[in-house]
Amino acid sequence: MIINHKEIMKLAELARIQLNDETIKETTNSIVDVLSLINQLGAEKTIDIQPMAHPTDAFQCLRADVVTEFDQRQIFQNLAPLTENGLYLVPKVID
Amino acid sequence: MSSQDIHEKTIAEIIAALNAREFSSVEVTRHYLDRIKKLNSAYNCFITICEDSALIQAKLADQKRATGEFSDFCGVPIAHKDIFCTKGVRTSCGSKMLDNFVPPYDATVVEKFSSEGAVVLGKTNMDEFAMGSSNETSYYGAVKNPWDIRTVPGGSSGGSAAAIAAQISPGATGTDTGGSIRQPAALCGISGLKPTYGRVSRWGMIAFASSLDQAGPMAKTAEDCALMLKIMAGYDSKDSTSTNIITPDYVEKISCSVNGLKIGVPEEYFQDGLNLETEKSVLEALAELEKQGAILVPISLPHSHLAVPAYYVIAPAEASSNLSRFDGVRYGHRCENPKDLNDMYTRSRAEGFGDEVKRRILVGTYCLSAGYYDAYYRKAQQARRLIKQDFVSAFHEVDVIIGPTCPNPAFEFGAKSNDPVEMYLEDIFTIATNLAGLPGMSVPCGLVDEKPVGIQIIGNYFKEALILNVAHQYQSITGWHQHYPKDKEIPNISKMRLE
Repeated sequence: MIINHKEIMKLAELARIQLNDETIKETTNSIVDVLSLINQLGAEKTIDIQPMAHPTDAFQCLRADVVTEFDQRQIFQNLAPLTENGLYLVPKVID
Repeated sequence: MSSQDIHEKTIAEIIAALNAREFSSVEVTRHYLDRIKKLNSAYNCFITICEDSALIQAKLADQKRATGEFSDFCGVPIAHKDIFCTKGVRTSCGSKMLDNFVPPYDATVVEKFSSEGAVVLGKTNMDEFAMGSSNETSYYGAVKNPWDIRTVPGGSSGGSAAAIAAQISPGATGTDTGGSIRQPAALCGISGLKPTYGRVSRWGMIAFASSLDQAGPMAKTAEDCALMLKIMAGYDSKDSTSTNIITPDYVEKISCSVNGLKIGVPEEYFQDGLNLETEKSVLEALAELEKQGAILVPISLPHSHLAVPAYYVIAPAEASSNLSRFDGVRYGHRCENPKDLNDMYTRSRAEGFGDEVKRRILVGTYCLSAGYYDAYYRKAQQARRLIKQDFVSAFHEVDVIIGPTCPNPAFEFGAKSNDPVEMYLEDIFTIATNLAGLPGMSVPCGLVDEKPVGIQIIGNYFKEALILNVAHQYQSITGWHQHYPKDKEIPNISKMRLE
């Protein structure tokens, strides 16, 4: 299995992880190794097998539509790298 | 008994001594804190030591005990893996990404121990975001195995396991996504239980792979694990995947006889790749249980070979989704001077995550991306069904399944860190139970080249009480759980800090 430079860069873009030029080859090789491991699944016949997403027969739990939380915005914003007037600050998106 | 002997006690013995007023909670807590100060530099078990708050908690526990109304665990010191959110105490998950993250709330597991009056000694070291089998991926440096500091303690709950082996904490919480409680328990010679998926609340436990993660107890003995699980288990409305069933008294039936118990011995767990001396120890353990009246039944789990490849699709896929929340906006690491929003995301994540975490996010992203979903993710989910069906069939014939926890004893640092696939295969016997959602436990069963090895006891869904019973009976007739390494001291290389 081979992953080319364009594919690994696309993957990094999707994952929002900047790859370092010096380690990109090593990263690619290790991902190829892992994909070779998981490709072993391909040999197994699974046509009629129902996929199993969860170990228990989980279902969506619903609760009463009532307020259970109080406003903790200030507490949570204390964790943020940058806030102003109750807003999370990020680099400008629109000029 | 002199204070020098306190750290040799099990949790059950500490509770008995506190009840008999042989020592106070402050005294036992002080004793462990002193040992942590003396030995943590050698083993790097703790990322954060909670000295001041531990002593306050211990003092409060003593006051509560003096009133006559207290629970068993009141005043007992333990440690929490640094994956559990602790209000006001840094919770790093072993990552630079969360190096300065101080949660404003407690995880349900932490809250349950606190409400019982337990004392928290500190937060234990771990592989970054619980991704690793050797503790080498921790941002805070690897934990050293107290049996041989040249070797790994296992992972990801390596700090918890090594702290118990080094006797600097009598018990600790852990989490297990593919073997992260059982594998380090085996490599450090302690007892560790991964409960059935849904038995213990995951609320406040930083998510790695949500359909696989489960919290569990780690301690010297099965009895101590039973005492801890009694506190940890139970339905939690804040975790929609926690199961709403009665929590049994895990201690009550721990001494039942194993006479007539049917033990399945899976042929796939005794094949090529299993260290011969480890195999010998496991077979000797099975023979001991047979002497007690258990019946050994050869079984087959024919899809075992699919477990590792299926896991390394499902776990990274879930991780790539879970870890997308770390974007430098609301909490966690943010890069300096981002030139735009995308630069902030990509650089913050590149700087904040270590190599193994990045590798798994990339693999997970690949498996979930357009055109590959059916070939990888759907296929892995189908393999997961086959693996579960193997166990369901086996449990029609047997009560528990026993085999090795790991193929080898602890390996040296660096031996597998450059070959991720080689590292992943260390979890070959533990991963299948996570995929199936079953409970499993490792208890020590021997020494190979002076390094501990463990047997894994796998039970049917929600049969933790039976697993603990079998483990306790085994520990009643053998002494491997009473072997501990001698204290060592080496220069401090950790980034541990006092809070």
